Amino acid sequence: MTLTQASGATDPAPPSDRLRRVSVTSRLLGRPAAGALIITVIVWVFFAMLSLAVGADVFYSAEGTLIYLDVAAQVGIVGTAVALLMIAGEFDLSIGSLIGFAGIVIGICVTTYGMPVWAGILISLVLTTLLGVINGFIVVRTGLPSFIVTLATLFIIRGATQALTAQITQITYIPIAPDKIASDPIAGLFNWSIGNFKVSILWWILLAAIGAYILGRTRFGNWITGVGGSPSAARNLGVPVARVKIMLFAGTAFSAAILAAVQSMTFFSSDVLRGQGYELRAITTAVIGGCLLTGGYGSVAGAAIGALALGMAQIGIVFASVNADWYLVALGTLLLVAVVLNNWIRRRFAGLR
Amino acid sequence: MQAMQPAPAAAGDVPLLEARNVSKYFGAVVAIEGVSLEVRAGQINCLLGDNGAGKSTLIKMLSGVHTPDEGSLAVEGQEVRFNAPRDALDAGIATVYQDLSVMPLMSISRNFFLGNEPTKGFGPFKRFDSAKAARVAREEMKNIGIDVRDTDQLVGTLSGGERQTLAIARAEYFGARVLILDEPTSALGVKESAIVLRHAISARNRGLGVIFITHNVQHALPIGDTFTILTRGRSGGTYKRGELDVEELHRLMGGGSELEELQTDLEMLARREALGVEVPTVPIGESEGLGPDDGM
Repeated sequence: MTLTQASGATDPAPPSDRLRRVSVTSRLLGRPAAGALIITVIVWVFFAMLSLAVGADVFYSAEGTLIYLDVAAQVGIVGTAVALLMIAGEFDLSIGSLIGFAGIVIGICVTTYGMPVWAGILISLVLTTLLGVINGFIVVRTGLPSFIVTLATLFIIRGATQALTAQITQITYIPIAPDKIASDPIAGLFNWSIGNFKVSILWWILLAAIGAYILGRTRFGNWITGVGGSPSAARNLGVPVARVKIMLFAGTAFSAAILAAVQSMTFFSSDVLRGQGYELRAITTAVIGGCLLTGGYGSVAGAAIGALALGMAQIGIVFASVNADWYLVALGTLLLVAVVLNNWIRRRFAGLR
Repeated sequence: MQAMQPAPAAAGDVPLLEARNVSKYFGAVVAIEGVSLEVRAGQINCLLGDNGAGKSTLIKMLSGVHTPDEGSLAVEGQEVRFNAPRDALDAGIATVYQDLSVMPLMSISRNFFLGNEPTKGFGPFKRFDSAKAARVAREEMKNIGIDVRDTDQLVGTLSGGERQTLAIARAEYFGARVLILDEPTSALGVKESAIVLRHAISARNRGLGVIFITHNVQHALPIGDTFTILTRGRSGGTYKRGELDVEELHRLMGGGSELEELQTDLEMLARREALGVEVPTVPIGESEGLGPDDGM
């Protein structure tokens, strides 16, 4: 035998001499959420200074903070589920139309069919989640890129919501009686507030906490990352790839329905056009948060922080009395800088080849 | 086929895993036709074949990714049918794929337990036991010869040989009795290949059956107990250790004549070089129309 295992198996392990001790800073920067945190601090400093320059102190007041937290919460509520789905290697572009659909279901149930608000919210949650399951089922069954499948369902759901709503109610904007909401046992879960502190902020934190727990602490979370890393390898190791993906599509749809409930309870209405643009903003928060477009890597905390940066930028511009049209410029710049930073951090600190 | 046998008297009497005359067709393409293969406990069977000989298709049938169109599989003499990779895993057959078995962007311990995560707690509070995962992964990697200080390190930071090692350690930990190694050395350097070959030997010595797929005769010959040759989807026979040498193996794999030609050419070049004769190669640069400074 040319190869003996004279001392092979118990060698004091030569490969480890290629590992060097790394500092705590490097280790922290190696976390996927590190880039998002840095970006958010930069955004805050930038708008604080801008506010200072134009003599408006509202941005860094408690009141101003609560306002941009609410805006961040709106996108953050869907951001967690979108990040999880992205880590599993899939997209959901239909999420914006699902928000519109879910809101309209509440509106029609309550006004056209005279149901109590809680029943409307429940039906909306169930139907919308079902649409998410269908999204996932189509993606898994056809094997097509989810980008294409959910782009198609984005059009279909938005179009069907508009057409059916117009047919049933003759309008596309449905007001919901405020007293019906005020007397409902569960509506408060979605529109409760003290001053500028809105319950949406709690939903954002709650969903992010649940998402982070699932991703970091459960078997299912390990499967999510594995499925995104390589579906075929995950399948070979016995991970139920299709089930994981379908559940995550259901999750994004469910979070869309939660956001729709928050919006319709807060604004006392539902509107077929609500949720437009949320698909791309949610993906933006996930990318700022360090999720890879190709899947297999990312962080829920990062996405939640990314939503915060988005909210700050959107409101910071208004507070600084800059023309709000500049918001999209800020958003695009933010995204670009975040991706470059995240890439650099990943190479430099996570030690990937 | 269901010949119920009494429990095997000694390990190695009955093959741990057999493919009996299996065939697989993809449309009009014959991927594998009438191939038989077996591996016994404490043996390494090298599956040899050139690129496109059908090695991958054959092992995908053994590991439950494909089901054979004809023929059957047997585990310890009992006919089985694998409908999914999970079925093969449950039967103790673990496959380590060339580059597909680990996730570069996941940590070592998470990779180790992907699909088999240890949990603690109960009901909705059942959670991934990361402390146990880290401890076991570190121990198992150490047993097999790699000292991992930080199991949170991403697998993407490991070398190719270390990734193979991780996949092998994982397979053994989860009770594999048959280890299928798919071209484990094809992307590795000499030193790393040696590490992986050593793992194959030590797995064999611990009583596992090993199917070692390769097109590298130099890697197969020193470690194999039996050699099964595949050429263009058909079996080129199974041989015992000592029945074949390198040239014969190459010839059987179908690459013999090309290899001889290459060898003659190389020898001629070497002779000329030794005699100080100008080797008639086309000067780089001129024929391609490149400038003289492109060489450096």
